[in-house]
Amino acid sequence: MMPLAAMFVETRLVHMSAIDIAIVAFYFILVLAIGFYLKGQANTGEDFFMAGREMTSWVAGLSFLSANLGALELMGWAGSAYQYGILATHWYWIGAIPAMLFLALVMMPFYYISKTHSVPGYLNLRFGEPSRILSAVCFAFMTVLMSGVNMFAMAKVMQIVLGWDLNFSIWISSLTVAIYVALGGLRSAIFNEVLQFFLIWAGALMIPVLGLYEAGGWTNLKAEIAHRFSTQYVHLWSGLGHFSSNPMGINWVGIVFGLGAVISMGYWTTDFLVVQRILAAKDLRSAEMAPIIGAGFKMLVPLIVILPGLLGLAVLPMHLTGEAQAAVTGGHSYNDVLPLMLARYCGPGLLGLGITALIAGFMSGMAGNVSAFTTVWTYDIYRPLINKRATDAHYVSMGRWTTVIGVLISVGTAYLVMQFASIMDYVQALFSFFIAPLFGTVILGMLWRRASNWGGFWGLLCGTISSVGMWTWVKLDPTALRYVALSPDAKGLAQDMYQALWSFLVCVIVTVVVSLMTKPKPAAELNGLVMGLTEVPHVENVAFYQKPIFWAGIVTAVFIALNIIFW
Amino acid sequence: MISIWLFIGISLLVNGALILGAGIKQILYPPANPTVVLFSLHANAWWGGFLFLLGLFYCIHFRPKRTH
Repeated sequence: MMPLAAMFVETRLVHMSAIDIAIVAFYFILVLAIGFYLKGQANTGEDFFMAGREMTSWVAGLSFLSANLGALELMGWAGSAYQYGILATHWYWIGAIPAMLFLALVMMPFYYISKTHSVPGYLNLRFGEPSRILSAVCFAFMTVLMSGVNMFAMAKVMQIVLGWDLNFSIWISSLTVAIYVALGGLRSAIFNEVLQFFLIWAGALMIPVLGLYEAGGWTNLKAEIAHRFSTQYVHLWSGLGHFSSNPMGINWVGIVFGLGAVISMGYWTTDFLVVQRILAAKDLRSAEMAPIIGAGFKMLVPLIVILPGLLGLAVLPMHLTGEAQAAVTGGHSYNDVLPLMLARYCGPGLLGLGITALIAGFMSGMAGNVSAFTTVWTYDIYRPLINKRATDAHYVSMGRWTTVIGVLISVGTAYLVMQFASIMDYVQALFSFFIAPLFGTVILGMLWRRASNWGGFWGLLCGTISSVGMWTWVKLDPTALRYVALSPDAKGLAQDMYQALWSFLVCVIVTVVVSLMTKPKPAAELNGLVMGLTEVPHVENVAFYQKPIFWAGIVTAVFIALNIIFW
Repeated sequence: MISIWLFIGISLLVNGALILGAGIKQILYPPANPTVVLFSLHANAWWGGFLFLLGLFYCIHFRPKRTH
């Protein structure tokens, strides 16, 4: 993820016409209308928190993808593509596709059969209350802070791109999200995420189409980038032999094992923000198909995120720089590349749709955070610790109020960040501390029956502490990065990869050692939770082309082909 | 219950109509100094038209059916 504190310069990039403003206004009207319409469909806990568990694979899959497709991701990774070239695509391919398929085929049966409401809920079933509380508190705390950071970032982007007032952007977006999530719960959030998916594609697709036309096609684009910068900007793997032979300062070990095997696995399989969308699927086959559908579309996202950054390298007359330099020179930074390309190609109407796509991305990301926070607070903190025996209606009421309170805390965080910009980077770092060890705990819980309750708890705690320790070490002494990432040539992104890898290993080792020293859980209590002790229903009576394994094979083949083509 | 796809259709239909309208206006009354490159391609006209037709299809296909 990009350092948010460094995203902004004091310039106004585009000017919207009346038709553009009408398109933005229509988006706000539509999302509120969806919230009010769905109010009557969110009366029970299952309806409000789990969308009735009746989503089709397409709705769950697109929502699963959209929850991650926020505008910060779009703008940040387009900027990364300008800065690092096609290497940024790794975060969309090896940094997502294997994890999504793993979630679909290996992990989803256990999440789904256990009928858990959340990932901390699964930890409760598998490892007991202490693990659940640890993960729930960490997740709730981080989620609501992230929501605030995103809210501030959105307001700042709107100020820079459109000249909007910060307070106006923060309050109009937060009130809209609070209304439609409090009214319709998860179903409302999911509906708006699917709407956002379409808006993003409709609003952003013109940039690569017109950009490739202007650049004279892919071959000419590569030649122009090689001429103006370096050939390494257009190669996915060939420059990853050593830290110093590519613009990102990372090697293939960090990408394959740090990003592909740990960070992406942790994010896509245990971050409740995205997993919650899949748990809302109507049956196991839909729950397995949803991440596969998401993976299929995820492979296409570089078309509207990475390609605009690469096109910026070839067609923009000015040279974009880092934030610090841009602030001094008054020029544009890497992160401005997407709005710059939008302004370059999109006239009246198309510009409004592009801006709407960015706003929709911000708001649905915020709604995703808030709906996940609401569920974890209500089911994993409030119910077990504060009020165990309330009625279903009480928990729904708690969910609605928690939504409003969660949004207000996010607003407070946004204003806090406004005063102390460096908080943004700390909050993003917080998120990375927890996700890799959590994956270690969940995957051992699902695949290894011997993992004990205390093994799971101590593994999760030690993994998280080790991650915090490494981050603090490098923060206090930047030269320590050579030890964490195993090379003096390593750069910032390499730290994230290796930090995740080591904290995952610490979690696994501690879990194994403590489990072997403590009493295992009886096999009877592991039914439905662990591989080998759970009877997974097979998908029968459907044609081969309707089976998840068939589509997972197709996605895998395309994934391998793309990596070879852009090697 | 109204299908999510109907909401998508409404969004595409209205946005497509607005963008198409803006594109047609620019074809009929081209600005003296276009602010975008490749203005001559009139991307907003044809892309707006495509979104409008796609939205129309979704609205018709996923319209609420009467049940007896």
